[in-house]
Amino acid sequence: MIQSSQTSRLKNRGLIDRSQPLDFTFDGVPYTGYAGDTLASALLANGVRLVGRSFKYHRPRGILTAGSEEPNALVELRSGARREPNTRATVAELFNGLEAKSQNRFPSLSLDLLAINGLVSPFLSAGFYYKTFMWPAAFWEKLYEPMIRRAAGLGRAAPEHDPDSYDKATAYCDVLVVGSGPSGLMAALSAARAGARVILADESFAFGGRLLSDARTVDGKSGADWVASVIAELKSFPGVQLMSRTTVFGAYDTGTFGAVERVADHVAIPAAGVPRQRLWRIVAKHSIIAQGAGERPIVFGNNDRPGVMLASAVRTYINRFGVAPGETAVVFSNNDEGASTIEDLVSAGVTVAGLVDTRTSLPPAIKSLARKHGIRVFEGAVVADALGGSRVTGARIIASYGAPQTVACNLIAVSGGFNPNLQVTTHQGSRPQWRDDLAAFVPGALPKGMAVSGSAKGTYGLASCLKEGAQAGAAAAAAGGFVATAAAIPAADDEPTEVSAFWHVESSKHKAFVDQQNDVTAADVRLAEREGFQSVEHLKRYTTLGMATDQGKTSNVNGLAMLAALTGKTIPATGVTAARPPYTPVAIGALAGEHRDKHFKPTRLTPSHDWAKERGAVFIETGLWLRAQYFPKPGETDWLTTVSREVTTVRNSVGVCDVSTLGKIEIHGTDAGKFLDRVYINMMSTLGVGKARYGMMLREDGIAMDDGTAARFADDRYFITTTTANAIKVLQHLEFCRQWVWPELDVQLFPVSDQWAQYSVAGPRARDLLAKIVDAPFDISNAAFPYMAVAELTVLGGIKARLYRLSFSGEMAYEIAVPARHGDLLMRTLMSKGEEFGVTPYGTEALGVMRIEKGHVAGPELNGTTTCADLGLGKMASTKKDFIGRILSQRPGLADPNRPRVVGFKPVDKSARLRGGAHFIAKDAEPVARNDLGFMTSVAFSPSLGHWVGLGFLAGAESRMGEILRAVDPVRNSDILVEVVSPVFYDGEGARLRV
Amino acid sequence: MRINCPHCGERSLDEFSYLGDAVVRPDPASPNAQDAFYAYGYERANVAGPMQELWYHAAGCHAWLVVTRDTRTHEISEVKSAQEVALARQKVAGTAQ
Repeated sequence: MIQSSQTSRLKNRGLIDRSQPLDFTFDGVPYTGYAGDTLASALLANGVRLVGRSFKYHRPRGILTAGSEEPNALVELRSGARREPNTRATVAELFNGLEAKSQNRFPSLSLDLLAINGLVSPFLSAGFYYKTFMWPAAFWEKLYEPMIRRAAGLGRAAPEHDPDSYDKATAYCDVLVVGSGPSGLMAALSAARAGARVILADESFAFGGRLLSDARTVDGKSGADWVASVIAELKSFPGVQLMSRTTVFGAYDTGTFGAVERVADHVAIPAAGVPRQRLWRIVAKHSIIAQGAGERPIVFGNNDRPGVMLASAVRTYINRFGVAPGETAVVFSNNDEGASTIEDLVSAGVTVAGLVDTRTSLPPAIKSLARKHGIRVFEGAVVADALGGSRVTGARIIASYGAPQTVACNLIAVSGGFNPNLQVTTHQGSRPQWRDDLAAFVPGALPKGMAVSGSAKGTYGLASCLKEGAQAGAAAAAAGGFVATAAAIPAADDEPTEVSAFWHVESSKHKAFVDQQNDVTAADVRLAEREGFQSVEHLKRYTTLGMATDQGKTSNVNGLAMLAALTGKTIPATGVTAARPPYTPVAIGALAGEHRDKHFKPTRLTPSHDWAKERGAVFIETGLWLRAQYFPKPGETDWLTTVSREVTTVRNSVGVCDVSTLGKIEIHGTDAGKFLDRVYINMMSTLGVGKARYGMMLREDGIAMDDGTAARFADDRYFITTTTANAIKVLQHLEFCRQWVWPELDVQLFPVSDQWAQYSVAGPRARDLLAKIVDAPFDISNAAFPYMAVAELTVLGGIKARLYRLSFSGEMAYEIAVPARHGDLLMRTLMSKGEEFGVTPYGTEALGVMRIEKGHVAGPELNGTTTCADLGLGKMASTKKDFIGRILSQRPGLADPNRPRVVGFKPVDKSARLRGGAHFIAKDAEPVARNDLGFMTSVAFSPSLGHWVGLGFLAGAESRMGEILRAVDPVRNSDILVEVVSPVFYDGEGARLRV
Repeated sequence: MRINCPHCGERSLDEFSYLGDAVVRPDPASPNAQDAFYAYGYERANVAGPMQELWYHAAGCHAWLVVTRDTRTHEISEVKSAQEVALARQKVAGTAQ
């Protein structure tokens, strides 16, 4: 590329590295910039002034600022899957090969057909969305919304998967310093010298803040050189962490801060293993907010034209980036700092066509500066309108004296004063305070441990900022227990910073923008006020002032001041400009970090998962667990065939099911039995050693919480199981009872869910199979080890195991548990030793079919609204003791005998399929809600009976046994007749359990 | 927000889960147990200011904690083991009888 193309680049000026030219494109046109440039400074260096089109009117827009507050210069960076919309060109660090595109233009940036919106602007005024497109409603989705989205809106997100990775990290420090301007650097230095662990974070890729932007000297050095010396010293402390490219976007409770580090945003593609961005959680004992102050514009006609730029940004482009943002400038200001910009302009060779200041009498120093350079001064004057279209061509100036005059220029440097960047100080609810002398809000009462220093506090002079920072750093270190003294203040002057509040030029002819990002004009604010939106919160929502990516950093205070003027109130009486996190936009990818796709949550695998996979199991997610749902054999083409075969094999021979996912808790202590009596509705203290019992727990409000079994291995040693889904919840509940409700009990809880691999071995040949693996002398005969017996034993030649004679399937069955590491071996052994019996593994489907055949309630019935009486387990509740949930379960509504109860259902036409969720209606009644008698919760095809069976809740269940009802499922168009039967469809006497 | 667990030290909020105000389960044997349990279950004060709350160190030591937190500022002034608080409460009740 030809470097001479950088026509606006100043010779020998700026902090860019001219030895490192960087090629980039904007809307496909190749350009060159230098290392140290932002995209904005590189575009300006190449004479590009028009960079985007506005949100609503598609007006041409340029670059207003040099920082993260930029409302206009939003671009799309990169392409394909890495395309990133709405990036502020003013903070995008230039890199070789950068592709940038302008946004929101059709068909091209220079010729935007939708700019016609500007001509129909009366229809796009405040409250536009609320007043227009109200009807017909059907037009919204198909016509209005797509049309609005096409015409308005910002950039386009990439539709592809983000190929980059994002990281999360936590850091701890004694003192966090946010911002590395003069105040922040001195704060970090004072705290670091005291020995404190310091984190210094700055959103830019270079430390120094305004010291890089203003032509000032510190300690006899240039600002940049002084910054370099301080950074060098800070690097020498092992406890100091310097974080550039890091935006602290939020302050949270107890000294916790959110920050995003742009690790690889300044390269085209992150190196292998390097995340694109890293989300930091910074925990700081003390924090110093030194984020400086943001300049605000003055609202005047056509103040959005490319070429209108904040005065501080003009100085930044000249001094930091070595770019002249125009050739002929007018400075429009109401304060000393803005007016002083004439000096930087002159030194950069820019012709200054006029200094327009709203103040009727300028300070002598500024007047003499203007005189020295022969600059025309307009006192008590305003720029009423910018002239020109896609580029400023002049300024229409109105002074309190004489006729309006037009001055030719292509740059208007505007300054309406400064707003301290206090957003982070307000994140925890602190309200800013108005200061008339500064015409700005300053931070109010700060959260504990937080201090604010320098311009962020409203202290604007350079020497004062240095001093305040040094003191704040020392104070924070001292508060952290370090012996600290403020670092010596380097030699520097306080510049004049007088300001006279001025917000809005009333005499403008053209559209005057308050919020350039949202295209909110002075007229919109007036209209909103006239229509009654006089609260600042209403104004914001009605006009969208202060919304979107810049969150009104350049517009909120101006809007507030204009509303105050319209309502005749003071600014503080009108409202404040408190903010919520984030300070600047944070990518969702950074917030998600590694937690995306399969890493969104952990996947828990049971110990014999690999075996099940080899066996061709179909898996299902149950909570975090991956469980085998069924095990298709070659030739089985539908799940029902497989599941029916698994059930039949269990009922006729033997099957093995992995139940390792059950929650398992050891309950030890001399009061263990007493404790369990109080948490289960039934008695557990009377359970004999070597026995197990089914148990039900309620919530304190009387609703069923969880069921499972309790086994007793010794007087003071129980072991309970919970359902897979409630394992964690039940442990938390039991710990609550143990620690808070009955702290005096001698009982300890140990969660051991992951320690044991557990398998249900069920079917008439279950004992024959287990007999092959239990070690002698264990006697597994029915007499020695009957139904509901439990034992500790060894299997497979010395592997510690526990055996429980429990049955969920209705068959003679056992659950056998071994330490998790032996689970795979046990499963493989059961399969090989069981071959002679035709053993089958079975999954959660067959498990479910058999529990429905047996009428056992499970998740669909324990649904958080049912009592144990509803579940048909009312008789289990002991009347001899108190237990959690007892008192409130006696409330009339819960004790009502007419509540729907669990019963069984079978289809009258045996070939009909039952549907879960179907509602029960009397045979002759209309299928409407008022005739609803209950609903089906669980259904299964029973291979044992040859037809579908179901469980459900039915009102007046006892008196309806044998009745024929309609089961109506309007969702799936099913309306069949069912018979109300006992929920136990299979082996009602339980004879098969005990053989 | 960070909570200073008496067993584990200061830890981040996401290790804890919240239950509610640290009220005591009523006596199930008292004559007005129905009303007392109803109040215990459903009638909780919405405190603006310092409040004693129960938190569970789920991703830590599994201890229940009594945390005194100002609901307006989230400032935590005290963290105690719930079991110790409960035992002290019983001791006081025992002395009173």
